[in-house]
Amino acid sequence: MTQKPASTTFERPLSPHLQVYKPQLTTMLSITHRATGAALAVGTLFLVGWLWSAAYDIRCFEALSGFFNKTLGQLMLFGWSFAFYFHLCNGIRHLFWDIGKGFELPAVYRSGYIVLVSTCLLTGLTWMAVFAMGGTQ
Amino acid sequence: MKFSNVRTPLAKVRGWGSAHEGTHHFLWQRITALALIPLSLWFVWSILHLETGANQVELIHWLSSGLHASALILLLLAMFYHAKLGVQVIIEDYIHSPALKILSLLANLFLMYGLAAVSVISVLKLHLFIVPQ
Repeated sequence: MTQKPASTTFERPLSPHLQVYKPQLTTMLSITHRATGAALAVGTLFLVGWLWSAAYDIRCFEALSGFFNKTLGQLMLFGWSFAFYFHLCNGIRHLFWDIGKGFELPAVYRSGYIVLVSTCLLTGLTWMAVFAMGGTQ
Repeated sequence: MKFSNVRTPLAKVRGWGSAHEGTHHFLWQRITALALIPLSLWFVWSILHLETGANQVELIHWLSSGLHASALILLLLAMFYHAKLGVQVIIEDYIHSPALKILSLLANLFLMYGLAAVSVISVLKLHLFIVPQ
């Protein structure tokens, strides 16, 4: 007969997790980096589909091009571009940390705001260029 | 963590970390990230110019340049390796059941390398494509 000691069956309290912490810029940017990375990984499927269909299935290519010229497709491209610029800017922030730069708390917040502003600027500029070139009908 | 001290003294003695690799993952995530900065910006810039028509002939014309085709293949290789490393960490962090974890890691590996192969061969075909007169 083996019986677990009472101490191992007792419902132990778990350590505090996400729900007890106030959302902060640092934590939000961190999880957004992971989320945009995952979204971009899914987005690669469309890039591959675009290249593959251009090379091997022209009707599929035209259907894809048509889809990305409609509202839903344009919204997806917009989300994709935002995720791309965020992951790019915040990734550069990570590379600076990797060489030991910008670890002080004020610097972490400053670079965080720079990432947010740059992401919005780059996304905005890109879509201004799209409309200026008449890329969407 | 700085590049100069990514290895613990014990890892130096034994040759491996607890995962029997790790510095490799850390370093290649950064190497591909560095490569992707210019490559991805170049790609967005090029696509913006293509997007005016976004038709197959325009794409073939763009990829008929050896420089463009080479850069796009480099982008695809760096991108899929970077994505493979990133998704791997997400799986390792959130999937705890050992069987499901190994299956997911294998699926990630096969999917990313498969997508890389499919996209590279497509670029090669588009590069060599002869537009019918």
